[in-house]
Amino acid sequence: MIQFRDLHKAFDGHVVLDGFTLEVKDGETMVIMGRSGSGKSVALKHVVGLLQPDAGDVIVDGRPVSQLDREGLMALRREIGFVFQFSALFDSMTVGENVALGLRRRGLSEEAIAQRVREALELVDLVGTDDQLPAQLSGGMRKRVGIARAIALRPRYILYDEPTTGLDPVTSAVMDRLMVRTRERLGVTGIVVTHDMRSAYTVGDRIAMLSEGRVRQVGSVAEIQATTDPVVRQFIEGRPE
Amino acid sequence: MIDRIGRSAVAAVRAAGRFGQFLADLVHAVRDVATWGRLSLVQMRRLGVDSLPVALFISAFTGIVLALQASYTFTGTVPLYVVGAVVGKTMMLELGPVLTGLALAGRVGASVAAELGTMKVTEQVDALETLAYDPLAYLVVPRLIAGTVMVPAVVVLGIVTGIVTGWLTSMSLLDLSTPEFVKGLKFLYQFKDVWFALVKSASFGLTITLVGCRLGLRTRGGAEGVGRSTTQAVVISAMSILVLDAFWAVVLL
Repeated sequence: MIQFRDLHKAFDGHVVLDGFTLEVKDGETMVIMGRSGSGKSVALKHVVGLLQPDAGDVIVDGRPVSQLDREGLMALRREIGFVFQFSALFDSMTVGENVALGLRRRGLSEEAIAQRVREALELVDLVGTDDQLPAQLSGGMRKRVGIARAIALRPRYILYDEPTTGLDPVTSAVMDRLMVRTRERLGVTGIVVTHDMRSAYTVGDRIAMLSEGRVRQVGSVAEIQATTDPVVRQFIEGRPE
Repeated sequence: MIDRIGRSAVAAVRAAGRFGQFLADLVHAVRDVATWGRLSLVQMRRLGVDSLPVALFISAFTGIVLALQASYTFTGTVPLYVVGAVVGKTMMLELGPVLTGLALAGRVGASVAAELGTMKVTEQVDALETLAYDPLAYLVVPRLIAGTVMVPAVVVLGIVTGIVTGWLTSMSLLDLSTPEFVKGLKFLYQFKDVWFALVKSASFGLTITLVGCRLGLRTRGGAEGVGRSTTQAVVISAMSILVLDAFWAVVLL
């Protein structure tokens, strides 16, 4: 279980998170939605200790992330896969090397690594791309490699940072199907940060609306679709005012 | 005015604190031999071997100019074999290490800062962390080791190249025989000159890579930020080399 407890974070005096509290239960996919710059990605990065909170904390299976020592943080990161907004693939490495890098850290044999890389690329429909460089791939393919790199680790949790941003509607739908398939096959708990409503409805078990640094509303897809909260309604309907 | 001075002082203390933390984290990262061991060899080739052409080019022409200028200065006043002494001594003590260091500050410092800066702004450094790697062990330690080991090696080859071109110039343009040139080389030679050059070059290599890594990993703001870090890395590395050059002259000579 991942719990965001009264998380506060500001950058150069600009408050981004202001008491963000949310609980993600084991096995579910939680979507965090909100306007650009509302702090969704910032909240996500606290889960793996990429950012330190000003106050509050994220608790992962009872472990307060900001209190963990170096070894504790490394152990936590081994349980979490992170899919970055712009893929963050290592551009000097091939697709296969990108997917294998995290596995090497876990001390697996070369045979086991090759097997896991093959399985991960198969799951994201990218068999045969092992030897290509990221620069040779389309945006959608790069995002799928990012997912393959995360799931190859067989994590307990997967965090997706804007997985469909910048993709055309068809490729976005492919990414949504991939996230659903990943959860069904691997049974992982997921957090998806997005402002793409179609994606949120497709992949989310529950949706949390982030506004002004805190959760404005959290509920099932049906509850969010039927909301009467004016801020949430404005967002899901995409009205400028 | 006092307010501005106070703010600057606080900023300076903070920067020093951050750099201290960076060094402490670096010491911790050095223990992760499994990560940096293999990568150090790759960096040695990229930072050292690939820098040889530019370093040898500079040294070759420096040797030629030294021989000609020494001859111009000493003709008619002291025996011409002193040209060998001037070429050897100057290449070893000063021009070999410093000119190579300045050239590598441009080539290596810029390349390290740009590469790490790009990795930082495209979240590749964050990705490394989420894959349970320590970015300092993976990115910084191999480059520091490569810089500290390979810059002295490149400098030694540069010194040899400069002396050889100085000797060839003396023979072909100055009517100086090989025994005379060698006599001059031996005339003022001390073994201390060699290790002085090695210590100096190792400190240059460490400084160039440390500055490049530090500024690269602190990059913010996309392509503009990468450009800024790269420029700063070159300028700060070049200035540090000149300061270190004076420092070692005071301490070791």
